[in-house]
Amino acid sequence: MQLTVAEENARSDWLEQFDPRMRLMTALLFALTTVALQQISLLILILFAALLVAWVTGISRSVLLKRLLAMEGFMLVLLIMLPFSIPGESLFTLGALSASIEGIQRAIQIVLKANAIVIMLMTMIGTLEPVVLGHALAQLKLPEKLIHLFLFTVRYISVLFDEYQRLRMAMRARAFIASSNRHTWRSFGWLIGMLLVRSLERSQRILAAMKCRGFNGKLYLITTNCWQMRDTLVLLTLSLLCLFALLLDQTL
Amino acid sequence: MVATRRLNFERIPQAAVLAATFFIASLLSVPVGPSSVHLILNGLMGIILGWSAVPAILIALIMQAVFFGYGGLLVLGVNTLNIALPALICSALFAPILHRSSGRQLFYLGALCGAVGVLLTGTLVSLSLGLSGSAYLPAAKIVLATYAPLMLAEAAVTGFTLAFIIKVAPELIRVQE
Repeated sequence: MQLTVAEENARSDWLEQFDPRMRLMTALLFALTTVALQQISLLILILFAALLVAWVTGISRSVLLKRLLAMEGFMLVLLIMLPFSIPGESLFTLGALSASIEGIQRAIQIVLKANAIVIMLMTMIGTLEPVVLGHALAQLKLPEKLIHLFLFTVRYISVLFDEYQRLRMAMRARAFIASSNRHTWRSFGWLIGMLLVRSLERSQRILAAMKCRGFNGKLYLITTNCWQMRDTLVLLTLSLLCLFALLLDQTL
Repeated sequence: MVATRRLNFERIPQAAVLAATFFIASLLSVPVGPSSVHLILNGLMGIILGWSAVPAILIALIMQAVFFGYGGLLVLGVNTLNIALPALICSALFAPILHRSSGRQLFYLGALCGAVGVLLTGTLVSLSLGLSGSAYLPAAKIVLATYAPLMLAEAAVTGFTLAFIIKVAPELIRVQE
């Protein structure tokens, strides 16, 4: 199972020369600023900025689009309800309900913000290798145990996904088709149960193997990241831009 | 944070492997009536992982946010609370009774546990939506309604899973002690 959006021959080499910590901080800073902004014109600008960054780094367009659509599906309910639930000048009426201009504005704001943030997140962090991300988080002084858990989880997701696919294949070989009935739910229950049982056994083997190699609760992370002048430069520029955007938002 | 400190280093591989399993189980799409849902399984996680469920859920959410773009970076804290708190409540409520029950009773207890987990999460999500502004209230109600089919599927699957585990590997439930 592939977790990252990165492709082998993508143009993300350009992004590779920066420190992962910088990419993390950039995405966070960008997200915080975007959430704080109010003006729709500025938000459109921000969305274009995110798209520009995505284009420059050459992230696969179809993957990005698919993930954005998935998110849009989640927000749909909220967006449809908002125009009707925020009081204000009515734009049009639908039976007994009236859609307010303020509500529509709010809905547009949310769409713009969410899209900009997700695009930025996917390009900046989604293209990182999970292990590199773990190391970067560790260097940013997150709790050590959490990082260990993260690295282990990342390692075993692909292994267990294979296990899962093997079990599903076995189910398919016995002509299992998922539908809405007791049989399906029981089979899925047993499938999850079986996965859990096997993974517990696996984890005991892992722990034993690690103890053999002298595991004492600490993984020594060897990272080749080094913070360079250009990382500071990018981060500074972005901070200034964010500050500028926030000020502009206040004065408009 | 308390939960992280409770995580003994001997338990890290175990918690991680189980967290990965739950991550994969949540990819499973279960049909309910005309639609299909993805399971949360927080009730089950609470029972099996105990306190380790909290960091496990946090990590699963980080991975979803970063690699799939679901959820979001800024609501990570709220989301973790919304899913992990019901998990802890379920583990406190059901884990002691589960040991003493058997057979059919076990299935119903497990089903109840799954349902309670989802119901609490749904309530918390609606609450956090409702609290962020009265304008979001109607949407919050709809969100709560969409949790009904999920609750049904979750209850059935959790019930069967627990019954299966007790039969095949009862030590999995006792892991946390």
